[in-house]
Amino acid sequence: MEPTKKFVSGDEAVAIGVKLAKPHVIAAYPITPQTIVVERLAEMVESGELESEYMYVESEHSALAAVMGASVLGARTFTATSSQGLLYMAEVLHYASGGRVPLVMMNANRSVALPWSIFGDQRDSLSLLDSGWIQVYVEDAQESLDMMLQAYAIAEHPDVLTPVMVNLDGFILTHTYECIEIPTSEQVETFLPKFEFANKMDINEPKNLFFSSSPEHNIGFKYQQHKAIENAKSVIEEIDKKYEAVTTRGYGGLVDAYKCDDADYIIITLGSITGLVRDVVEELRSEGQKVGVLKVRYMRPFPDEEIRAYTKAAKVIGVLEKDISFGYQGTVFTNVSAALRECDVQLINYVAGLGGKNIAREEIVHIYKELNDTENKSKVSAVKSQAVRFVGVEVPKDED
Amino acid sequence: MMLEITFLGRGGQGAFTSSRILGAAASLHEKKHSLSFPSFGPERRGAPVFAYTKISDEPIRDRSQSSKSDYIVILDESLYTDALLLKLKEGGKVIINSAQDAKYEDDKIITFEASHVATEFLGAPITNTAMLAVLVCYTNIVSIESLISAINEDLSHRVAVKNQKLVQYIAAKIGGEAHV
Repeated sequence: MEPTKKFVSGDEAVAIGVKLAKPHVIAAYPITPQTIVVERLAEMVESGELESEYMYVESEHSALAAVMGASVLGARTFTATSSQGLLYMAEVLHYASGGRVPLVMMNANRSVALPWSIFGDQRDSLSLLDSGWIQVYVEDAQESLDMMLQAYAIAEHPDVLTPVMVNLDGFILTHTYECIEIPTSEQVETFLPKFEFANKMDINEPKNLFFSSSPEHNIGFKYQQHKAIENAKSVIEEIDKKYEAVTTRGYGGLVDAYKCDDADYIIITLGSITGLVRDVVEELRSEGQKVGVLKVRYMRPFPDEEIRAYTKAAKVIGVLEKDISFGYQGTVFTNVSAALRECDVQLINYVAGLGGKNIAREEIVHIYKELNDTENKSKVSAVKSQAVRFVGVEVPKDED
Repeated sequence: MMLEITFLGRGGQGAFTSSRILGAAASLHEKKHSLSFPSFGPERRGAPVFAYTKISDEPIRDRSQSSKSDYIVILDESLYTDALLLKLKEGGKVIINSAQDAKYEDDKIITFEASHVATEFLGAPITNTAMLAVLVCYTNIVSIESLISAINEDLSHRVAVKNQKLVQYIAAKIGGEAHV
């Protein structure tokens, strides 16, 4: 059998990927722009195309608690959410990661209130970076489908046993239709092992799960949790290579570098904006400018070594993100800065696209120009240039 | 080169379905790349809806909304304003579902009376596939065969059969007299 092609949205690509992974239990609460994912899965269960228990729940908090309970019985599960829904799950996120429950969840990246907005940015998931989940950000519908399958393989890997959140930019990716290739069920069977959960609740082999710990032992559990996500670094690379061997599509593991090797100026990106930045890189390269783009695919585990390796030649780096940690910087920038703290390179933080604001091609071109100009400035003004810059916001001169 | 097509209709008239069918026709039935997306936001019946299709021989990585289009297809004549002409690229056309051709003097405007034929073939004045057929006849963005294949895949069989007959009727009608 040959892989088939289909013209689908990012949300539909997620649903198709999940269907191929054959989850035993799905529990979800609908929220724009995630809704189509759970609607499609409900239709598949209803039509018999997917044999799965679909639990209708009254909230996101219950959805995550329900799949967590099912998972510890040895079931492969799925849930999906967005924005306020993800925040409502926050308590259970820590239960799942602390309990080492290998869940897979899709999150449609959407702004958080207030002001109320259904449009996209990455402040929802980035504000939960410390919840102990692996976080991956995808660029297009094909990567969305492929990462659902990879996410199960990563989460369920015995060296990892950590939940995975797959993030898609709301609307720009979730609601845009494009052509994807759907792996065959034979390919999926070759790639994705059956879920065998060593820690599952078993009447014949009783265990204590979801327990309390004394102050003496708690930190030991947290150490293990940290080591598990660090282990995920090599597992992620290994699983991506295996996926490529089966489907011919690989994504490069923790980061995806595009023309970074000799680049003087690099923009670091997260998610679907990477596509437009690639276009601008090609355009500027054709004019002889040495520019590149480094897509951070995983925010946890964080690819610090990879970022250092791919930015070795860079003189100035811009970090472009749809996030701000008020009173400091964008969270991606803070993480990148820490990774590069001993490197001789200048960094500028560009905060853009909050609440769904369009990021235009000209704005990307302008960022590369600013990176270039920064290098030529004196040290004093370079220090000043480290301030966070809000793209597309008119700032009074005396505040600049 | 990238072609950008904007569909404009009211919620419920199928503007987004048009953009999706055209995108599928290009990328599943011809060796092209395409993206289709609606103007993002809440969906409300009767409210103006923009939908976009981008088609290119190369992969399309720019997901931003089209600021200028090669073609603007208007399903509901009441949504036409002269300002839309400023959103055309050079050589672009606006194609309006209208029975009043004489009303539009600008040579960038093409009209076709789709409501009447759509009602005849579908039993309701749903003009999205009719206007797609008109667009394809004037521009050859995709072939009529690819368009029909994409309609068959997107719509339910019962609805698709009627729409296919409608598209074939329009192709025969325009094909001879107005092909450019």
